[in-house]
Amino acid sequence: MAGAALPGRLNWLIAKAGEIVDETDRVRSIVLDCPGWPGHLPGQHIDIRLTAEDGYQAQRSYSISAPADGEQVVITVELVDDGEVSPFLIEDLRVGDQIEIRGPIGGYFVWEPSRGGPLQLLGGGSGVAPLMAMLRERVRSGSDVPVRYLSSARSYDDLIFRQELESITSEAEEVEVLHALTRSQPPRWTGLTGRVNRVMLAQHVWPAFTRPLCYVCGPTGFVETVASTLVALGHQPGRIKTERFGPTS
Amino acid sequence: MDSERHLDGNALAGMLYDIFGREMTHECGCCAQCGATNQLGAARVYRAAGDVLRCPDCEHVLMVIVSDARGMRVSFESIHWLRVTTGTKK
Amino acid sequence: MTFITRGFRGRRETDVPTGRIPPGQYVTSDFPVLSAGPTPRIPLESWRFTLTDPLRSERSWTWSEFMELPRETVTVDIHCVTKWSKLDTTWEGVSLDTLLADVTDKTQRHVLFSSYGGYTTNLPIEDLTGGKAWIAINYDGQPLHPEHGGPARLLVPHLYFWKSAKWVRGATVSDSDRPGFWESYGYHNYGDPWREQRYQGD
Repeated sequence: MAGAALPGRLNWLIAKAGEIVDETDRVRSIVLDCPGWPGHLPGQHIDIRLTAEDGYQAQRSYSISAPADGEQVVITVELVDDGEVSPFLIEDLRVGDQIEIRGPIGGYFVWEPSRGGPLQLLGGGSGVAPLMAMLRERVRSGSDVPVRYLSSARSYDDLIFRQELESITSEAEEVEVLHALTRSQPPRWTGLTGRVNRVMLAQHVWPAFTRPLCYVCGPTGFVETVASTLVALGHQPGRIKTERFGPTS
Repeated sequence: MDSERHLDGNALAGMLYDIFGREMTHECGCCAQCGATNQLGAARVYRAAGDVLRCPDCEHVLMVIVSDARGMRVSFESIHWLRVTTGTKK
Repeated sequence: MTFITRGFRGRRETDVPTGRIPPGQYVTSDFPVLSAGPTPRIPLESWRFTLTDPLRSERSWTWSEFMELPRETVTVDIHCVTKWSKLDTTWEGVSLDTLLADVTDKTQRHVLFSSYGGYTTNLPIEDLTGGKAWIAINYDGQPLHPEHGGPARLLVPHLYFWKSAKWVRGATVSDSDRPGFWESYGYHNYGDPWREQRYQGD
């Protein structure tokens, strides 16, 4: 049973793995049912703590990829080779298993419709996870904030949430989605090709004069390139929020 | 361009919550070295033997957190002030 | 009561002979890059190593002068306080015995190393002499990459690796001990991995 939250403490709660969705062959979304979950804002994350029988512990943070929905917390996890926690979540965790989580955490990399826009979301690899929480909230809430979502992935099969994004763009007004495939492209690919660079950003991101709120998330190299290029293109640094996942790309 | 191996302040959001007892990454701090004001989430975080927060404008060390078996030792190296907004924020 | 996670074991290597690695460590085959700050980029033509001994005048080497000093190749295990150990790493560098040969006053027992970028670390002089420490310029047969401390870093494998200061630029010999960066923030002043001296008070 989850303990009553002490003021000023983020308690560890016990969540049960519900639905498990294999998004790509390296990425999985896990729906966690968490009694006592207080809700969260799009962009926030959870900490997961795993404890082995001999007491050995490992802890990592994972972005929540869907907006608040009662006691449900969805995370989207990418397999890190030689990782400690992601191989367990991707290869071992089964429906019904319980794990310790705490959250929600993070007040900086957050977007809610009340903050307005236009909204520019830029994600590299699994960096799209917190951005998807933002986009799903924008759609669910009926907000009319215009959104441009640009993701970067190695290949078509590595695109996360591709089908849902297609249905969002066909149903929602003023949501544009673009994908850049960096290593290989399928025949008759009409999206973007190559690494996200200045030319691509100048052409496809909300222009600086529209003063968009920009959220950039993914591997350090991707975030570094995109954030510094946005500033070079005239965007105010204070309107660019970044969440670097670390050097693994 | 080689990327600098740093993370953003939100990488320490959980730890800062443990220290301050509330969410802190959206709050602003002033660097005692250069006077720049930034949200803590925008600080540069280097995670090595301990966790180092640096000013995103001048790179000076703002805070150092060393975690051991008992908890944390927190050094406030160059924070001139921190804003703490009151009200209901998650 | 700690909650145990079904099926979780963690990534720990089990086939290491006992006694080969210090307590609380695990063996890695990568070479993790950990840093307290941004990587300094030092062009070789501006690189200097300066030895400051208050009883004598300062002694400084340019890169080409440093390259003329005798060098050794050593293979050692290294142990990071963040719990990874890497076995049989090969380095080439100048022994601290060579650099400290003229420091003979027995009262000068402490050395503070300083690095480009501002990092510092302190060691007793007897932990630097007698074939225990080097200023390394090559790792694994290649010039030391800036990520790993190049052009030159201190290498003191018998202590936790935070003592092996990257981007080293100088050493000051003194009769008093001044804590360096991590030592001043709560890490152990000496740092012997075999006695698990990670934090102050250990």
